[in-house]
Amino acid sequence: MGKRKEYLQIFDGSLAVEEITNFWYNKYKNSNFGAIITFVGVVRDENQIEGLSFDIYEPILNSWFDSWQKKANEKDAIVLMAHSRGNVFNHESSYIAAVCSPKRRVALELIDEFVEDFKAQAPIWKYDIINNQRVYAKDRSTAIIGAGILS
Amino acid sequence: MVKIEFLGPINKENMDLDISNLSQLSEILKSDNEVSSWLDTCAVAINDTLVCTKNIELKDGDKISLLPPVCGG
Repeated sequence: MGKRKEYLQIFDGSLAVEEITNFWYNKYKNSNFGAIITFVGVVRDENQIEGLSFDIYEPILNSWFDSWQKKANEKDAIVLMAHSRGNVFNHESSYIAAVCSPKRRVALELIDEFVEDFKAQAPIWKYDIINNQRVYAKDRSTAIIGAGILS
Repeated sequence: MVKIEFLGPINKENMDLDISNLSQLSEILKSDNEVSSWLDTCAVAINDTLVCTKNIELKDGDKISLLPPVCGG
């Protein structure tokens, strides 16, 4: 996975969506992928939050991502991802995922599984920003598979 | 000696402990008021690999990470 940096990027603060997605499109449109799907997550204005904030543990994020890249490669596809670290305010983007695949069906299925597994397993912690303070989004968080062995 | 790190919202300084397995770590953390309530929902990694069992011997220099529930995106 020597080229992971080309596929997985972490940015401080909000994502420059047009720049990132245009870069991916221009980079991969000539690679004979018949289907390129991007998913852009945008922070909603709700529950009086000013925005969201994120912590990331990169060593395990990298291995999680590599296992998805391997799974995608087995179907002749690739996965791409960009995520924010730190604060991202309402109506900005903190997360972009993409799949490039020769086949439409593979891309549609992979983007669904990739995004859902990301939400449940990737080592990223979310906080609401309320009155300039970070409040852990405990109720929206999911325990990683295998959690609880020390209890 | 092994290093214990608490990730994300747990908000606790790293610990260095002289232990040889995860059962010992479990006993120590259960009696730690700052961490005990997190143990039910925390995943555990040894040297950045997630583990699913307590039956693992620890070596000098190992790094153990506690990962509380996640929510990316």
